[in-house]
Amino acid sequence: MTERAPRIPWRTAEVLEVVAETPRARSLVLRVPDWPGHDPGQHVDVRLTAEDGYQAQRSYSIASPPERPELVLTVERIDDGEVSPYLADEARPGDRFELRGPIGGYFTWTSADGGPLQLLAGGSGVVPLMAMLRHRARRGAPAAARLLYSSRSWETLIYRDELERLARDDARLGVAFALTRAAPPGWTGPRRRVDADMLRELAFDPAERPRAYLCGPTPFVESVATALVALGHAPERIKTERFGPTGGQT
Amino acid sequence: MITRGFRGKRQSSERIPPGQYVTNDFPVLSAGPTPHSPLATWSFSLEDATRHELHRWTWKELLALPATEIRVDIHCVTKWSKLDTRWKGVTFDALLAAAGREPPGAHVMAFCDGGYTTNVPVADLRGDKGLVAYEYDGEPLPPEHGGPARLLVPHLYFWKSAKWVRGLRFMDADRPGFWEAHGYHIYGDPWKEQRYDGD
Repeated sequence: MTERAPRIPWRTAEVLEVVAETPRARSLVLRVPDWPGHDPGQHVDVRLTAEDGYQAQRSYSIASPPERPELVLTVERIDDGEVSPYLADEARPGDRFELRGPIGGYFTWTSADGGPLQLLAGGSGVVPLMAMLRHRARRGAPAAARLLYSSRSWETLIYRDELERLARDDARLGVAFALTRAAPPGWTGPRRRVDADMLRELAFDPAERPRAYLCGPTPFVESVATALVALGHAPERIKTERFGPTGGQT
Repeated sequence: MITRGFRGKRQSSERIPPGQYVTNDFPVLSAGPTPHSPLATWSFSLEDATRHELHRWTWKELLALPATEIRVDIHCVTKWSKLDTRWKGVTFDALLAAAGREPPGAHVMAFCDGGYTTNVPVADLRGDKGLVAYEYDGEPLPPEHGGPARLLVPHLYFWKSAKWVRGLRFMDADRPGFWEAHGYHIYGDPWKEQRYDGD
């Protein structure tokens, strides 16, 4: 069989900085020499090697926009996971591991794609969508955008301050949080899972023909995608990325 | 290169291809909303390269064909593998026999509800290596896992086992399907770790 492209090489990433995002999630700011660039929404494969040569690989979404020279991964710890506990708890500045990418050419959005841009996140599914919002902000892209972000509680919202700041500074960006388990005193936003009524109130109308990107756990993506189609959104304008407890993004 | 502080869980086994880990869940991965096709109008077709229909089965007709039950390991390009999964369906060879045909091409493009496609060499479907599966673990295949029927080609990465499959289009030459055109490997052998274009 003839190969159509050069192999995507493994590169050595060095941890420059670790940022605590929530009690369970951290962002790793990485220096990756010769990084070829990426589109918002793409991911990387991470490969860790133990002292005896044992290796493990997982995929993680890229959180940083293509405009930023460092690569940022945001990883939420899975308690019985193999790679996420290392990235979310153990890794520290100066550590090195291998990664390769960017991977995935479908679940992507760039300013050239236009809008309106409808983003729907469940839990750590916000990570690839954040790369899109950061890219949009850096470019000053004119596309109107809305993010509806479902999380268990106020404390588990990743990028909460940055999202509120982005929305405050940009009249064409709407950010709404839905809290499913616990809400702080005085919370007036939705306190339930994303449903059709919430989509009618907070998402773009189907008549505006938004491009929708959904990322989150499988039950979230299944129910929200089904609700969007029932509301009249065209299935071909809905892109999804799903993960189970041990699926692609954990 | 060694990464300081990483130990890992060491679940290596001869049944797990390189870079994979075993999961007991059945993760769901798809590029868009789950389609829901009514069985009354569902059908499965074989087509030639010009999209001319060679044979078509309704849902009832497919279920009436000789069925095969298999127990296999499956391997998703997103790194999970699942061991000893049980499936029931109709093999590619049984479909050809029922249609009274020899394959009019060396490759097929599987096509699906929702617009998904994936390419598979005919040689990888013959010899009972590929089937159209409609039961998983003794139950009708759930929609999120590709029901009512999905292609099953378990010796290749699982994106080749197209969900919501509605037919196979024969091709004279190999051409990329959906993921193959988005950077994934044209063939996808997990034992050679052919994940992405160029692997």
